[in-house]
Amino acid sequence: MSRFLKRDLVILVLAAVVIAWANGDLEGLLGIPGWQSYGVRIINMCAINAILALSLNLVNGFTGQFSLGHAGFMALGAYTTALLTMDMAAKDRVFFMTPLVEPLRNLTLPFLPSLILAGLIAGLFSLVVGIPALRLRGDYLGIATLGFAEIIRLIIQNVRKVTNGALGLKGIPQVVNLWWTLGSAFICYLMLRNLINSSYGRALKSIRENETAAQAMGIDLFKHKLLSFFISSFWAGVGGGLLASLLTTIDPVQFKFHLTFQVLLMVVLGGMGSLSGSIIAAGIVTYLMEFLRIVEETHYWGSITIPGIPGLRMVIFSLALVLVVVWYPKGLMGDSELTAQGVKAFLGRFRKTLRLKGGRPV
Amino acid sequence: MLEIIDLHVSYGAIKAVQGISLKVPEGKIIALIGTNGAGKSTTLRTICGLLKPESGRILLEGQDITGLPTKDIVRRGISMVPEGRHVFPDLTVYENLMLGAYIRTDRKEIEEELEEVYRLFPRLKERSQQLAGTLSGGEQQMLALGRALMADPKVLLMDEPSLGLAPVLVQEIFSLIRRIHERGKTLLLIEQNARAALTLAHYAYVLETGRIVMEGTGADLLKNDEVRRIYLGEGEVAG
Repeated sequence: MSRFLKRDLVILVLAAVVIAWANGDLEGLLGIPGWQSYGVRIINMCAINAILALSLNLVNGFTGQFSLGHAGFMALGAYTTALLTMDMAAKDRVFFMTPLVEPLRNLTLPFLPSLILAGLIAGLFSLVVGIPALRLRGDYLGIATLGFAEIIRLIIQNVRKVTNGALGLKGIPQVVNLWWTLGSAFICYLMLRNLINSSYGRALKSIRENETAAQAMGIDLFKHKLLSFFISSFWAGVGGGLLASLLTTIDPVQFKFHLTFQVLLMVVLGGMGSLSGSIIAAGIVTYLMEFLRIVEETHYWGSITIPGIPGLRMVIFSLALVLVVVWYPKGLMGDSELTAQGVKAFLGRFRKTLRLKGGRPV
Repeated sequence: MLEIIDLHVSYGAIKAVQGISLKVPEGKIIALIGTNGAGKSTTLRTICGLLKPESGRILLEGQDITGLPTKDIVRRGISMVPEGRHVFPDLTVYENLMLGAYIRTDRKEIEEELEEVYRLFPRLKERSQQLAGTLSGGEQQMLALGRALMADPKVLLMDEPSLGLAPVLVQEIFSLIRRIHERGKTLLLIEQNARAALTLAHYAYVLETGRIVMEGTGADLLKNDEVRRIYLGEGEVAG
């Protein structure tokens, strides 16, 4: 255990250095400046997406239960965080059509407890869905959770006294910075890694592999599935909360199915059952989403004008996904993890290939 | 040790087991033989709690365990080697074995048990970090046996341990089963390979369409004409 802790501390220090570097100066270590910077924003998004992908991977990749409800849990987390961190004045400005119900109106909490509550409320709802739905196998769970996410979104859209309906919430205090996002992602990673390496984690994986055999080992299938679903939803709620604070404005349309799909894309791309794969894929997808904006802009080359086509980056994205699925059907990492030895071995093979090619007489 | 009294099990309208009673005394190997669809696997799955009986009682050391959830039955000391092996293919051999010890908490005892299993199956130790799905059929069967032993069960149930294995491997598996028994385990064995099962077993029951039609010591049944004709394929010489 202490060996793990030592390594985690090293990673933690490295992460802090990276954050400081990302902020561009030492002031970054205090987490104050660099807010408006585009690069920092992308890193924030990477971290939030990493949390979402990691948590969805716990259910879909490690436990083998097909859940499609992530957007719903994120919405719960986002609205909880928003309503708890906004002060009364800000709430009054937003709720001009239908006033906010009383205890919520003058309730303002610091960011950390709001974020934890966001996770807990998402987790609570996961039990409400999970207790009936996790008794179903395979595709049925996907349908049930997908339906649940849509119900949550519709409730948010219609209970205007609490959520301001379709108008959404604006002016959410922007508390999060790289420390919050990367810090949360790091804690999420550590928690999931330790869970997966424990006997609980082994039990979850055995459920994925073969439910009957897992049962014959004396494993309580339902309890384990529910635990996995709860933790996953907790982190989806936290991710949603961080997102709300980063964007400062949320509305129900954001939490449609495409959001779940985007997270699912990261999980599949990174590899079902690989934590590091999820993190890597979250980084790649988030970065490409931004980078590929180029193709949607209008370009002027001398007298030639290439009009930008909105939505083209999604086409390119789909194409890239097809290629990845052809070449890496199990995702970039499969179900293995990125380790120092693994990288060394890969570099070794890479160098060998280069040498072979270079040494061959023409 | 284990006793079954007048057990009835149905799949909907189909009666798979119609009033089976049998005894598995401590330290003995008991075999259940019969053709496909005789109700052997159903009986075993019901003992484990994977199926709920219509009526009848299952007693373990005198205590009624009928209808308990599987996890509780496993905790009380019944471990099963499922038919078709059912190892966890994408987990390592080591992880598979540790899952067998899932219900145990004493780390030291688990470590000792692991060493025992490795002693019994040296091949598994060599391959401990290999994925179970990459093992050969015989090795997977050994893994399934080892995994069941990791729970330190009082009674070990085995569903067709020789299924789909080459004749040489069948012999090896049966000699391993004998060694497991010599270590003091009580075994209930289901087999289609009647000759091997009857040679090994102290006592055996012959099942036909959900009923016990014959019972006796392994040696007696091997000599029985009907058993020889139906289950050992020694048909009367024509003419």
